[in-house]
Formats: sequence, C-alpha cells, structure tokens
Amino acid sequence: MKTFVLKRIGYSLVSLCLLSLTIFLFVRLTGDPTVLLVEPGASREDMAMIREQLGLDRPLWEQYGTFVASAVRGDFGKSFYYRTPVLELYLSRLPSSLLLAAAAMTFSLIIGIPSGIIAAVSVGRFGDNAGKIFSLLGLSMPQFWVGLLLILFFSVYLGWLPSSGSGTVWHVIMPSFALGWYFAAAHMRLTRSSMLEVLGSEYVKLARLKGLPERRVIVKHALKNALIPVLTLAGINLILMVNAAVVVETVFAWPGIGRLLYEGITFRDFPIVQATVMIGGSMIVVVNLVVDVLYAVIDPRIRYVR
Amino acid sequence: MAVTRADRLTVAWRSASINLQGMPVFPVAILVGLGLVAIFAGVLAPHSSEVGNLGERFKPPAWQQGGTSNFLLGTDHLGRDVLSRLMFGARVSIMVGLLAVVVAGTIGTALGILSGYMGRWVDQVIMRVTDTWLALPALTFAIFLAAVVGPSLWNIVIILSAVYWTRYARVIRGEVLSLKEREFVRLAIVAGCSKWTIMRRHILPNVLNSAIVLASLQLGVVIITEAALSFLGVGVPPPQAAWGLMLADGKKGLMAGYWWLTVLPGLCIMMMVLSANLLGDWLRVKLDPQLRQL
Amino acid sequence: MAPLLELRNLSTHYVSQRGTRVVKAVDGVSLALDAGETLGVVGESGSGKSTLALSILRLLPTAAANAGGEILFDGEDLLKKSAEEMRRIRGKRIAMILQDPMASLNPLFTVGDQVGEGLRVHEGTTKRRAWERATELLRAVRITAPETRVGEYPHQMSGGMRQRIVGAMAIACEPQLLIADEPTTSLDLTIQAQYLALLRDLQRDHGLGLIFITHNLGIVAKMCDRVAVMYGGRLVEFGPVRKIFDAPRHPYTRALLESIPRFGDSRQRLTAIGGQPPDLSALPLGCSFHPRCPDAVDQCRAEAPPETGVDAGHVSRCWVAPR
Repeated sequence: MKTFVLKRIGYSLVSLCLLSLTIFLFVRLTGDPTVLLVEPGASREDMAMIREQLGLDRPLWEQYGTFVASAVRGDFGKSFYYRTPVLELYLSRLPSSLLLAAAAMTFSLIIGIPSGIIAAVSVGRFGDNAGKIFSLLGLSMPQFWVGLLLILFFSVYLGWLPSSGSGTVWHVIMPSFALGWYFAAAHMRLTRSSMLEVLGSEYVKLARLKGLPERRVIVKHALKNALIPVLTLAGINLILMVNAAVVVETVFAWPGIGRLLYEGITFRDFPIVQATVMIGGSMIVVVNLVVDVLYAVIDPRIRYVR
Repeated sequence: MAVTRADRLTVAWRSASINLQGMPVFPVAILVGLGLVAIFAGVLAPHSSEVGNLGERFKPPAWQQGGTSNFLLGTDHLGRDVLSRLMFGARVSIMVGLLAVVVAGTIGTALGILSGYMGRWVDQVIMRVTDTWLALPALTFAIFLAAVVGPSLWNIVIILSAVYWTRYARVIRGEVLSLKEREFVRLAIVAGCSKWTIMRRHILPNVLNSAIVLASLQLGVVIITEAALSFLGVGVPPPQAAWGLMLADGKKGLMAGYWWLTVLPGLCIMMMVLSANLLGDWLRVKLDPQLRQL
Repeated sequence: MAPLLELRNLSTHYVSQRGTRVVKAVDGVSLALDAGETLGVVGESGSGKSTLALSILRLLPTAAANAGGEILFDGEDLLKKSAEEMRRIRGKRIAMILQDPMASLNPLFTVGDQVGEGLRVHEGTTKRRAWERATELLRAVRITAPETRVGEYPHQMSGGMRQRIVGAMAIACEPQLLIADEPTTSLDLTIQAQYLALLRDLQRDHGLGLIFITHNLGIVAKMCDRVAVMYGGRLVEFGPVRKIFDAPRHPYTRALLESIPRFGDSRQRLTAIGGQPPDLSALPLGCSFHPRCPDAVDQCRAEAPPETGVDAGHVSRCWVAPR
C-alpha cells in the first residue's frame, strides 16, 4: 500500500512539474515575455526596468527555478488591475465557483440519473427515445448559449429571475441550469449504458430467476452496480465544473474564478491568467491524487494493479 | 387505437434517423448544406458581413414588425446583415473545426502509436505529458494559450490542436497496446520488419478507424470551444464574422429584447454540432462496435 | 402418479425485428419428469438446451416468444399463468442454477444477503431469521465455517465455493424442481465430482426433480435417470438412460456415444461426427440431422420424422431407426 501511495505521489509531482514547465515555456515562447508580464501602456524604460527586475535576462533554467520557487510559496504575482496578490484574489473568488459547481452538479444528477434509468429500462420505446433526444440536445447546445437563452426567456421576457450577479437563491438557478445542462446529458448517457450492461448481466438474470419482483431487481441489484461508473464520472466532472465554468460565469457575471479569468484576458491582466491556469491545474492534479488514493483504500484490488 | 403522443415521438425519431444506403440522411444533409453555404458565402450572401450601415442598426428579422426583406434575418448593433454574417461565420466554424480536428488527430494518433508501440521511456514521457495536459480543462488551457500568442484565425487552429491532441493519444495508445499482442504483429516482428515499418504498415491502418470515430465525435466539441473562445474575445478577432463573436455582440442587445442576435447564431452552432455528433455516433457504431463504450 | 413436469409439443421461436428471420430454438419438444427423478438434457451448443430451460421458467429474452405447446408443472399449464403468478413460482417452486458462478453472484452484496433473499421475498422471513437460514443452507451445501462465510463477499471465494452458494440460493425456498444449466462446466475436474455428489444428495434429501443440462455424457450416465437428446432445436431421442446408452436408436445419439474415447480402445483415431451443427435460422428440410447422418435415406431429406415410440417411455425421431 505504501509503495502504491508513494508511487502515485511521485506521478503527481511529475505532473505538477510538467504543468509549471508548460506554462513557463509557453509564456516565453512569444519571444519577449515582457510584453505580457508588464502593464499595458508601460513605457520603454519601464519595460527595461521590469525586465531586469523580473530577471528576464537571466538564463532560462534560473528563471524557471524562481518561477517554481515563488509558486510553491504562493506568490503568483500581483494583478495589474486590482493591485493585490493574485492568490488572494483567486481564493476570494473560489467559494462562489464551488457553490455554483455544487448547484450545477446536483441539478445534473437529479435530472441525469433518473432519466438514464428510465431510458435503460424502456429500451427502444418512448422513454429511451425521449432520453436520446434529450442527451443529443444537451451535448450539442453550447453552455453559454443555453445561459443566454435562459436570460432572454426568464429575465427579459418573463422578468422572473435576475440576469446577473449573485447573492440570493434566485441568482443561482439560471447559472446552475446552464452549467449543469451539458453534464446532465452526459450523466444520462452513461447511466443508460451502464444500466443496460448491468441489466444484461448474469446476476441480474439470476435475480429474476429467483422470482424477485422487478422493482427489487432494478433498484437493489442493478442500480448500485450501474451507478459506480456514473459517480466516478460525476466526480471528475465536478472538478471540471469548478474550473471550467468561464463562459457561464461570464454570461451571468457570477463572481467566481471563471469570471476572474475572463477579467484577466479582457483587461490584459496576465498575472491573473497565468495564475488561474497554474492554480487550477495544480488543484486538479492534487484532487486526482486524493481520489486515486481513496479508491485504493476502499477497493483493495486496485493497489496491486498498477 | 388512438395515436398517442408517445407513438408520434417514436415515429418522428424513426424518420429523423432515416438511413439511406446506410448513411444518416439528416446530419449529412445539414453538414453538406452548411459546407456549401460556407464555400459559396461570397456569392450567396446578400450583403457584406463586415461593413454595416449604422442607420439600420438592430433591425428585427423580416417577419417581425419593423423588419424589412432587405435584411431577412435582421441586423446587429453596427447595422450589419445577420444572414450574411451567419453565412461567413459558417466558413470560420467549418474551417477551424475541420482543420483543428485533422491536425489534433494526426499529432495525437502519431504520438499514441509511438507511445503505445515503443513503450518504456518514450511511453512514459509522452504519457506524462498527455496526462498532465488532459488534466487541464480544455477551455482554460485554450484561453491561456490565446492570451499568450494573441487571437487570430490561424492561431486558433493551432491552439485548438494543441489542446485536443491529447484525447487521441490516450485512446490510440490503448488500442496499440492490445494490437501489439496480436498474431500478425508478432509475425511481422519474427519476419524481421523494422519498428517503423510495423508501425506504419500494421498498426496505423488498424487504429485509423478509432481515430476517425474519435475525430467525428471531437468535431462538435472543437466547434463549441472555438465559439466559446470567440465569445470571450480571444478567438476569431472582429470584424470577421464568427458565430461566437455574434453571440458576444448579441449579448449587448439582449436586455433590450433583440432576440435574433442571440437565438440565430446559437441555433447555427447547435445545428452543426448536432449533425456532427449524430454523424459521429453513426460512424462509431458502423466502424467499430468495440468503441461503443466511448 | 402424474409427472412433476411435462412438456407437450413445446416450441419457442426467436423472431428478428422485422419479422423476417425466425429461429426455431425449441421445436415441438415433449418430455416428462417425475418428482425425485433426474433428467439429463444433452446436445451440442446451439441445440436449444438453454432456451428450453428458460422457456420453462418463461424468462426469455425479448426477441424470443413461446410458439405453442404446453408446460404442465404439477398439473398446471405454466403458459397460462400471469406474470405475477410466474414470478411467485420462480425461485420458490422451480429454481435454476446457471453456468458461471462468479457472474451469477452480485459482487456488491454479501453471500448471506443473496442466499436469504429468496426467503425474504417469497416467504416473508425476517432479516435475522433469513440470515440464520442462510448459514444453515451454507452448511447444507458443505461449506466450511458457514458462520463466517455468510458475511463475506463473492470475490473472496473460490469457484467451487461460489457454485455451492448458488446451489444454496436455489434450494433456499425448498423448490419442487431444480434446473441446472451446465453447473459444472466452469469448475475444475476434481471439484466437479464433489459438486455432483452434493447435487445428488440434495435431491435425495429434498425429493427434488432435477433437470441437468449438459454436453457431457459421462455426467448423464452417472447422475441421470432419463435423458433427452436435442439436436437443432428438436428432441431426437428421449427415454431411460440405461436403455439409451445400451442401445441408442437415433443415429445422432449413437454417434455421440461412439465419439467418447474409451480406455482399452484399439482404434487409432477418435471418431467425430462429420460436419457442423446446423444454423437454426436455416434448418435443412426434412430431418435436421440428415446432412451428417450416415444412415440417411431420401425420406429423411424430404420429411421431418415424427416421434416414434420405441417402447414404454422411450421415443425417438427417426425414419431409419429400428423399432
């Protein structure tokens, strides 16, 4: 067990290194990174001074060293616009994104799982076909368009819901719907195929042979097994929702890290952009590590596979 | 026996899934239609897509009150004809989508084959990079790259390729790993073929099916990402016509109720992605039943 | 005394979605089984043996449906029962064991839970009492330390043990009839013998009727009182095991028996039956065995032979077989 955990931590460390290296190299790819790392509108002398200050004339490996060292310390630079350390900014916005992701995930599971079950149980008939249409729509409609349509309908035409900002329950409804819509379709699809596979298994056949009522067969025997891959996917998607809700947060002016990223690129506030990608990416790597170790703790078979 | 709503839905579904000589009619027709519009936009479009008449701003579509037949689908905030912009936007979406998918697919498949077949440290290096890049959400990564290299049509293609090749690498590598154990590969090794020959002549044709299926499934995703990037302002730069950009502009008129600027471009995106997804689904079932779990 | 189970001209057909292809998986099968007796159902893969079992329990896949005949269980025709009535019969009066024990057990639930489930559902037993009964049942199928085993999960056990657990599940509600579909095929040879002995003892202790589906004639010889030989969905010979093994009437039965290698045999080569098993969706006209039959005559190619009584309790379907 210990070797497994150590090995897994090792992988994560390598991933983190590669992540920081990627970001570091890409920034320097453009030729003169000073342009990015300096406030827009700075004069030539300012740029030269900043270049020296940031050590951009030093050898590459040395620059990388400082980069990583400051990242580990939590120093990701200061935002040009807000004039505060980016990490502070990021952490202050994170809770909003977590809230939105939680709401969206709840919505996607409440819609996705039952419809997937219904689709699997009524294969080829109405429930399944309706489900197929729903999943196609969900996977084909861009999230931000769904958001815009919702605003059009519920804010402009009906005037029921606020179109931007956060603070009350009413503010959360539309953004979480827009964010969760795509994932609801994805979860429905997986639930359906997983259920179908389980319903065709030998132990379900035997459960029926034992004369168990159909509802018991489905709920007790089939469902639990079928939900395992779905919940795994949901976990992966949750992290995705937290980190990649850029467009939905922008459309609804939701004050999360996605919106922060948008501000960063709109105002050419590069430290924000760089930091968001670094922190977001690192967060994902760490969460993956924790999840993998947890799975190994729960299921002893996994420890020996790697 | 009364015809229930359920029956009607089933009939509608069945007719939508009509296969003609095996090909799903509607998705292919839509994609071909959009392709033709994209190619002949210059001829078909009634107006310029980039220059507008400020005196004609925010005109609604022809069938609504206030609309004219001159601007069938209305105009935007700069007085530009929506229909023309939609047509030229099709060009951008298709071009970017196809190119990005092809480039990403090529790189990803090549690296996947190398990684899967060569094994050992080559595999380790490529897989570590792939896993790391896969961990980053595509949109976030794309935004970062766009912020670094600056927005332009070609840059978008490069960025999207750089973000999405990892999907192919993973899947193809898995396939190669199982192909390696098959008889005909072993025979080729015994016969003395070089690694490169085997990869080229034996492995590549066998993974091509998976690559194509994956590409068709990715097309929709890539198009949506491009639209998102343009919407955020780091995609196709104005004044060019791109559906994502139109949606961003449309947001300005949203609270005033200018619905056509939001609904129409999004509808186009949805139609294209829907068709690509349906085509991809059909291809997946047709070309390789093993991939059904994708 | 009326037989426990009697099939009269039972047919089960698979129909393709557009109704174009019809596969007669079970075609006009008639046989009978008394309480306490063991019937062996023999045939190659695709001969319709498993479909026959599922037909009796009326748990066919959606593409298949009953196409005629009667299933008389304890005097009542099962085909006339409602879905709910059938459900109450399954597991309680007729039980079934499947081939793969690992796949038959739900990996997420304990052995005790699964063995006792039938009792809780069919007889309203309380959870605690069902758990106790499960422990007793595990002991009855000769699993050591049943008190601990009952709380374990399927993946913690060996193949032989799992198949015994499946056996315990089957007899939990004291059924009158037990159908075993190739229960020993996936077990090691050494374990097979033990398992067969167990089944025989269980049958004797509970007075079960046992239907044993297999392709292994050795098992039939050891375990069964009567045997039904199936080919291409049809029953080609049925009767007491001793009689049929001593003097098989149908050419297929004869060929099957001859293909078993014997010690002290002076022949150099193994005899096999030439040709391939038939495609059930495209059966040859007439007797389905005639392409591979060494004794076939013109009539065999033209007309399917009817059931012919050889003597009491022994029938076969063959134009050429001696009376």
